[in-house]
Amino acid sequence: MSEQRRSGDDHDIAPGDEQAGRDEPGSGVTGYVVGLVLAAGLTAASFLVLTTDLVWQPAIPAALIALAIAQMGVHLVFFLHITTGPDNTNNVLALAFGVLVVALVLLGSMWIMAHLSHEPMPMDEAMKRFR
Amino acid sequence: MSAPAAAHPRDPYQLGRGHEQGEGQSQATGRGEGGPASKRVITAYGFWIFLLSDFVVFAGFFAAYAVLRDQTAGGPSIRDVVDPSRIAWQTALLLLSSFTAGLGSLAAAKGKLWLTEAALLVTGLLGFGFLALEFGEFAIMIGEGAGPERSAFLSSFFALVGCHGLHVAAGLLWLGTMMAQLWAKGFRADIGRRLLCFNLFWHALDIIWVAIFTMVYLMGMVA
Repeated sequence: MSEQRRSGDDHDIAPGDEQAGRDEPGSGVTGYVVGLVLAAGLTAASFLVLTTDLVWQPAIPAALIALAIAQMGVHLVFFLHITTGPDNTNNVLALAFGVLVVALVLLGSMWIMAHLSHEPMPMDEAMKRFR
Repeated sequence: MSAPAAAHPRDPYQLGRGHEQGEGQSQATGRGEGGPASKRVITAYGFWIFLLSDFVVFAGFFAAYAVLRDQTAGGPSIRDVVDPSRIAWQTALLLLSSFTAGLGSLAAAKGKLWLTEAALLVTGLLGFGFLALEFGEFAIMIGEGAGPERSAFLSSFFALVGCHGLHVAAGLLWLGTMMAQLWAKGFRADIGRRLLCFNLFWHALDIIWVAIFTMVYLMGMVA
């Protein structure tokens, strides 16, 4: 029994705490083994997608991204014990905000820079602005 | 624990039930009688917020890499510098180290000192192997004239992968400190909280590696 359980705090669970999974499939040694097998399988699948022609060639990047997001989900659930349980509300909300900022920074930069390289500012206009 | 909490195990915050008895008598954490959350929850939650902000830092490096990927200035492209077998080994080592770190936290929850120390040691050795492979890759690249000063692509590559490597190196220092503190001080409450935060950190590094592995290396082999 962990310190947290002894303290009688039933309403919140620390991210990563072993007690988190008491009602979840991702608890105990089983949880880590399942997580390891799933993560290794998804990694192997990424390599397979890349080295064989199982997936239609132009769809390979999309398949790789899907597999990577799936593996991140496996890590979150089985290793970091982030669950959808009511005692995890705060952890999930913080994660959601983190994902939002990461997506904004990443996709926003790529979007803007792709536009800039497709439609560069005319040179005389650029000189006028930078003067 | 209190009767209301036991009566509503699926609604520990007693959302929508708080007004029946008034906020003052509510047993939910953070309300009335419930009092503040335990120190373990607060510490780990704060560390979780730090990890998420670390992800935001990495998002900046990822964005720089995504934007500069094709700016090779006539030098080597990502296709020329990827070594698939090295990447596969690095991925396997880091994933296994995340697994053994998890086993270590289970052993710590059961209060088994030797098992925890052994799991931490294996975790550290696997992490060290990962770092050695990464240094090898960097050394080969710099030796071939593909150092960070060669092109914008290589600058962003070294910044992103190197930042992750730096995190792993810091994690190894932390891991050594945790082994020594566990040995000297045993399973005290504060040591337990530090160990919990270390495990969070180590698992988070593996999540970032999944992103690097896919976005930098595998995508590099596609192009």
